[in-house]
Amino acid sequence: MKNVMSNKFVITLYTLPALLLILVLIYIPITLSGYYGLMDWDGIGEMKFIGLENYVTLVQDKVFWTSTWHSFQLAIFSAASLLLYLGISLVLASKIKGSDLLRKIYLIPMLLSSVAIAQLWMKIFDPNNGMANKLLEMFGMENTPLWLADPNIALYSIFIPVIWQYAGFYILIYYAALKNVPDEVIEAAKIDGANALQIAFRIKLPLISGVFKVTIMLAVVGSLKYFDLIYVMTGGGPNGASEVMASYMYKEAFKLNNFGYGSAIGFGLLVICLVMTWLTSKLTKSNDDVQF
Amino acid sequence: MKKKAFTTLLSLALMGGLVLGGCSSSGKSEDSSKSNSDKTVVKMMHLWPEGSAKAQYTIVDDIIKTYEKEHPDIDIQTEILANEQYKEKIKVLSASNELPDIGITWAAGYMKPFVEGNMFTPLDDIAQEDKFVAGTLDAFSVDEKPYALPLELNIAPVYYNKEIFKKYDLEVPKTYDEFLKVVKTLADKGVTPITLGNKDRWTGSMWYMYLADRIGGPETLNKAINRTGSFEDPALVKAAEEISKLVDMDAFVKGFNGLSNDEAKGYFMNEQAAMYIMGTWELPNYTTSPDVDQKFKDKVGYFKFPTYEGGKGNIDSFVGGPGVALFVSEQSKVKDEAKEFVSYLVEEWGKRSVVEAGVIPATTVDTTGSDLAQMYIDILNDLGKATNITLYADVQMSAGVADVHLNQIQALFGGQSSPKEFTKKQEEALASEK
Repeated sequence: MKNVMSNKFVITLYTLPALLLILVLIYIPITLSGYYGLMDWDGIGEMKFIGLENYVTLVQDKVFWTSTWHSFQLAIFSAASLLLYLGISLVLASKIKGSDLLRKIYLIPMLLSSVAIAQLWMKIFDPNNGMANKLLEMFGMENTPLWLADPNIALYSIFIPVIWQYAGFYILIYYAALKNVPDEVIEAAKIDGANALQIAFRIKLPLISGVFKVTIMLAVVGSLKYFDLIYVMTGGGPNGASEVMASYMYKEAFKLNNFGYGSAIGFGLLVICLVMTWLTSKLTKSNDDVQF
Repeated sequence: MKKKAFTTLLSLALMGGLVLGGCSSSGKSEDSSKSNSDKTVVKMMHLWPEGSAKAQYTIVDDIIKTYEKEHPDIDIQTEILANEQYKEKIKVLSASNELPDIGITWAAGYMKPFVEGNMFTPLDDIAQEDKFVAGTLDAFSVDEKPYALPLELNIAPVYYNKEIFKKYDLEVPKTYDEFLKVVKTLADKGVTPITLGNKDRWTGSMWYMYLADRIGGPETLNKAINRTGSFEDPALVKAAEEISKLVDMDAFVKGFNGLSNDEAKGYFMNEQAAMYIMGTWELPNYTTSPDVDQKFKDKVGYFKFPTYEGGKGNIDSFVGGPGVALFVSEQSKVKDEAKEFVSYLVEEWGKRSVVEAGVIPATTVDTTGSDLAQMYIDILNDLGKATNITLYADVQMSAGVADVHLNQIQALFGGQSSPKEFTKKQEEALASEK
């Protein structure tokens, strides 16, 4: 076995399928989209090479920067909501009654497809017959909000289902990590007289900090390229109020037939994601990784 | 990793299936072309598959069979694809100069690249203008020459709920002032006067276009778009001001900017709103559709958009647009035969499409002696009298400008753009295009 694995040829052979797939499905399309970004192309006719013009337009494009800001708001918001998920997992992981059932309930939204979630929440947000406004009316509110129709709150209205959608995923990750904290450490702390809060903050949280860092990265990058709920619920509207980078890219490329410019936006999105990934890993880096 | 590879493999297999499926269908049509070598073969592509559009399919199929009987030397071969695939395939075929002799196209903005690329042949020699409803041929004309003959036509009347009108003692408005009174009465009583799904944006555009038409006459908006006029024309600003006024009166359903057309339609169908502007493709819902309660159908009526006092437009002008049309390829080797069949098909289609498929043809229809639902007869009569049909603004414009127009419609209705800004932004977009 050892012999086989040290054979360079065999290593190449075994990794070749994966390498080919990743090249064909990921790296080549990325390079191509960067290349298309140099073209004036409507997706059907002939391509015309226009150099960096698309990228120059991109840097000066106000709509692009507004959508970027929207994406960043979502990223900040998702990162903050991680704390909420963490709190819930801490409660669930301590042996309370019914935590098994609750965990399953939190996981359900993850099993629904995004489009189904979007449809569900569009019904909830319906300004006249929707559940949200009916509830508010029940409490005596008169000027109930317009939710998705109001450009000032449309984006934030979509954040609500986004938290709801991803709750199960992050709670599951945290729950698993918390369950991995060895019992001996906690028992030792108890013998030393630590209370539940101290155990949570001084022992459990530091021990799962590695997982926490990974989830921050996932949340930030996931938010930056977020597309589905926004596309179905508002399509980026009203009047661009909830446009994010990915929905803007889609609109330019497929609705307005600017494939060249759409590719340039896609490439810009990639660069921003890479920078943010590097930045988050840099910011959350610490040398005192705990071993247990 | 194993799992991932497996899913990739699966999706590759799926993709392979798609590719193979695509091959097999095109292979079939080539086989059949060999068998009739002594006849003149005219190839035609259309988008009504037997499965999903049986009524249309049968009409076309019948027409072809009769035509072939009358012209034994002609063999018409059809290739049928559903809407989206059809659009894809036409693009690919035109890129490789292999368009069928006869095919189907959409109006103005969609058709323009094909005409500019010299793909379609002008049909001015077979187009008989008096047979078509006024304005429909124009939508398929470039430089005064028609490049396709329209088959379908939709106009947008104002549908209203007779019962709600009766309950509040309201009359069908003939003038815009009467219309405003209707809106005010309903709004004061807490009834939603108009339902509008402005998330889709073209829906609000219809309201704006009607006002622009009634105030400035049909030419003003068209001229602004084709650049012989300006979008900052006082009539167009005035129309935008009227929209803001309507919004301030709470004329439209709450949250209209977040509702899709289908959601907005629900308010009308559930009798939560009194009025609704939509294309005549909605007619089956108010007449023949078995899924809708007869009681509701009896309550629905329609009226023409009221006239504006001092405005230049008249009540018989409609906002609307033709659906699909037939083109003849410039590359075709059997142009004359193809043209002859096209004019035959358009005529026969006009006789049968309403009765058999509920599709209003672009040719004028003789309704005497048919057992159509009354609402169809009324609409068809109004169409016969129509002085003008203004094509949907977003269809007239190129994709980029249309997006500005539609966004500005949403902003105007939502109050983020003032009427002045609304017209200015569109003027800028139109001006910068040339």
